[in-house]
Order: sequence, then C-alpha cells, then structure tokens
Amino acid sequence: MAIEHAAQGPSPGEYIRHHLTHLNNVGEKQTSIVDWWVINYDTLFYSVGLGLLSVFLLWLAARKATSGVPGRFQGSVEMLVELVADQAKGIIHSAESRLFVAPLALTVFVWIFFMNAMDLLPVDLLPMLWQQATHDPHAYMRVVPTADLSATLGMSIGVLLLCLYYNVKIKGAAGWAHELFTAPFGPHPALWPVNFLMQIIEFLAKTISHGMRLFGNMYAGELVFMLIALMGGAWAVSTTGILLAIGHVLAGTAWAIFHILIILLQAFIFMMLTLVYIGQAHEGH
Amino acid sequence: MNLNATLFLQLAVFLILGGFTMKFVWPPIVKALDERAKKIADGLAAAEKAKSDLALADKRAIEELRSAREKAGEIRANAERQAGEKVDEARTEAARIIAQAREAAQAEAGLAAQQARDALRDQVALLAVAGAEKILRREINPQVHADLLANLKQELQ
Repeated sequence: MAIEHAAQGPSPGEYIRHHLTHLNNVGEKQTSIVDWWVINYDTLFYSVGLGLLSVFLLWLAARKATSGVPGRFQGSVEMLVELVADQAKGIIHSAESRLFVAPLALTVFVWIFFMNAMDLLPVDLLPMLWQQATHDPHAYMRVVPTADLSATLGMSIGVLLLCLYYNVKIKGAAGWAHELFTAPFGPHPALWPVNFLMQIIEFLAKTISHGMRLFGNMYAGELVFMLIALMGGAWAVSTTGILLAIGHVLAGTAWAIFHILIILLQAFIFMMLTLVYIGQAHEGH
Repeated sequence: MNLNATLFLQLAVFLILGGFTMKFVWPPIVKALDERAKKIADGLAAAEKAKSDLALADKRAIEELRSAREKAGEIRANAERQAGEKVDEARTEAARIIAQAREAAQAEAGLAAQQARDALRDQVALLAVAGAEKILRREINPQVHADLLANLKQELQ
C-alpha cells in the first residue's frame, strides 16, 4: 500500500494519518479527545486475540506440567513463572494476595509482550489484507493494541482498582482513610487537606504514567516504522530512489532489532510496576 | 491519542485474563515446580545417604577382611601346632618301637649267644677231655676225674 499510494500520490501526512486511524464503530477518526461512545474494534480484536493466545500457551504448559523432566516448552514457561514468582515474592509480602497478583503479573507480561510484538510485523501487512478482504482501499486498521491509549490506560486503571481494593482489604476502610489524611506529611489536622491532595495526585500520577509509558513507547515505535515504510515507499517516485530503498532496509532492520529490546522491556516494566503499585497498597506510609 | 470505551473493555479483559491464569495456569505449574524441587532435594539426600552407607560398608568390609585374615592365621597356627604334635608323637612312638625291637633283638641275641657259649663250653670240655685222653694216652675215668672236669668247666666260663 505504501508503494501504491506513494506512486498515486497520497502525501506522507495522509499515509501516516490513515495508519493512525482506528477501525471503530463510527467509521472515521475520533474527533474529540474523549468520547465514551466510540469503540476501537481493531484494538479489541487484537488485544483479546493475543490475550487468548497468551493464556492458551500458558495453559498448554500448565496442562502437561509434571514434576518430572520438563520439555523445552514447559521449561521456558516455568522460567517465566519463576521469574514472576520471585519478583512477586520480593515485592508483595502477603502470600494470599500473591495468589492472584502473581498470576496477573505473569499474564500481563506475556500478553503485553505479544501485543507489543505486533509492531514487528510489516506496518502495511495486516491493514492491506484487511483492505483486500473488505474490498475497501481506505479501510482503517491498527494492529498494535498497546499503541492505543485506551488499551494501556484500561490496564493501568485495572491496576489502580486492584490497589484500591488491597488498600481497603489490608488496612481496612478506616485504616486506609486515616492513611489518606495523615500521610505523607503528618497527622496534624491542618495538614489533612494537603495530605489528601497528595494522595490523590499520587494515585493519578501512578496510573497515568503507568499507562502512558507503555502507550508512548509503542506509539513512537509504530510511528518510526511508518516513517521508515514511507522512505521505502518513496523510492519509485524519486531519481535517487534506490538509495531510499537501501535506507529503508538498513533503518528498518536496525529499528526492528532495537525494538525487540523495547517491546520486551516495556512488557517487563509494566509487569514490575503492576507488582510495585499493588505492593505499595499493602504497606503503610 | 484518544480515549474511548475501548478502555473499559480492555480493563475487563485484563481482569478476566488474570483470573484465568490464577485459576488454570499458575497452580499446576507452581505445584509441579515445588514437587520437582522436593524430588531433587530428596534425591540429593538419598545420594548423600548412599555415599555414607557405602563408606560404612567399605569400613566394615575391611574389618571383616582383617578379622578373617586373623582367624585364618590362627587356624593355620593351630593346624601347624597340631601337625607338629602329631609328628612328635609319631617320632616318639617310632623311637619307642625301635627301642623295643632293639631290646628284644638284643635279648634274643644274648640268649642265643649264651646258648652258643654253653654248647661251646660243653664241646670244649669234651674236646679238652679228648685232648687230654690223647695226651695221656690213656683213658681217664670220667667218674674219677669228674671233679677235675668240673673245675675246668668252671674256669672256662
């Protein structure tokens, strides 16, 4: 598509704008920043699909798990489980909470890794197949669910809800309310509003930075892949086009290799922060 | 960079997937890991025990060997001593039998010699009488000269 469009003449701006528009229920780009009546079908499809794939793979290993000699697949899943279990043990000191939080962290790690890894597919591959399938050359499709802010904030708000739940569960409603007004500055009544404000800001900052960090990394990564694709796409209309094609190959390879690190790192960071935030909910200030 | 209802659905998916993992993935794997860790620990302990058992058995075997060797030496010494006794007994018996035989032979020989001497003496007396007869050219009356003859006999003894 990149090549066709470049030859037919859509500007780079149009190309990128097209690629950054979700397949949603209104059929066009969402105009307002927040619109609760819009649903991104592509994000949901890929995130649910990859979520099912990741729990299916984990379940495959769990189904055949024995205490005997493990196969390679079982061994690799066990390594993941051990990694997450060790981290969870170090961060969350309640064994009862770990029963849910550690598996959740494992799921999040694998799931986000798969969602990020969609970035490594050629940027035009799945959208082009979708356009062929729907016979609509302008059909929208974005394939990286973690490059959708709604998805990442959805998950970070999930973590926030768990934090609130464990705050109440561990400290009790009264205990947590007491903490909300007396920490971090002290129990003096004059400090209550300041303390409360700080707590609210802390929760907001944690949640938004948690979701934004993943979104920003993946969105930027996707954008760079699109720019590289544009460079390759422009080679047919330029006299020095062959250099652009070579540049596409070099830049695409370099960025993809670097991106392997980013997708893994971001998945790991999201998992670790999930554990850390829930761990903080278990500890008093 | 827009927010929309995808957020709530993603939130629900997030919690559901976590719940699935908690229920169907985590427990069997952790159980298998714990069991394997226990198995390995048991195996290592068993190996340790087998090693100490082996050392013990080695020590016992060496002791057994030594005591067997001692016993064998004792038995051999006993056997040698008994054999020596037997040989000594046999030797004394043999010496006794030889001495007995020699005594008997000596006694027999002495008797025979005595008899021979007696016979010889008789004959010498006869010869002497005959010689004397020839010398004296006359017969000597044995009755008359019995005393003389008896004296002679006595001297010859």
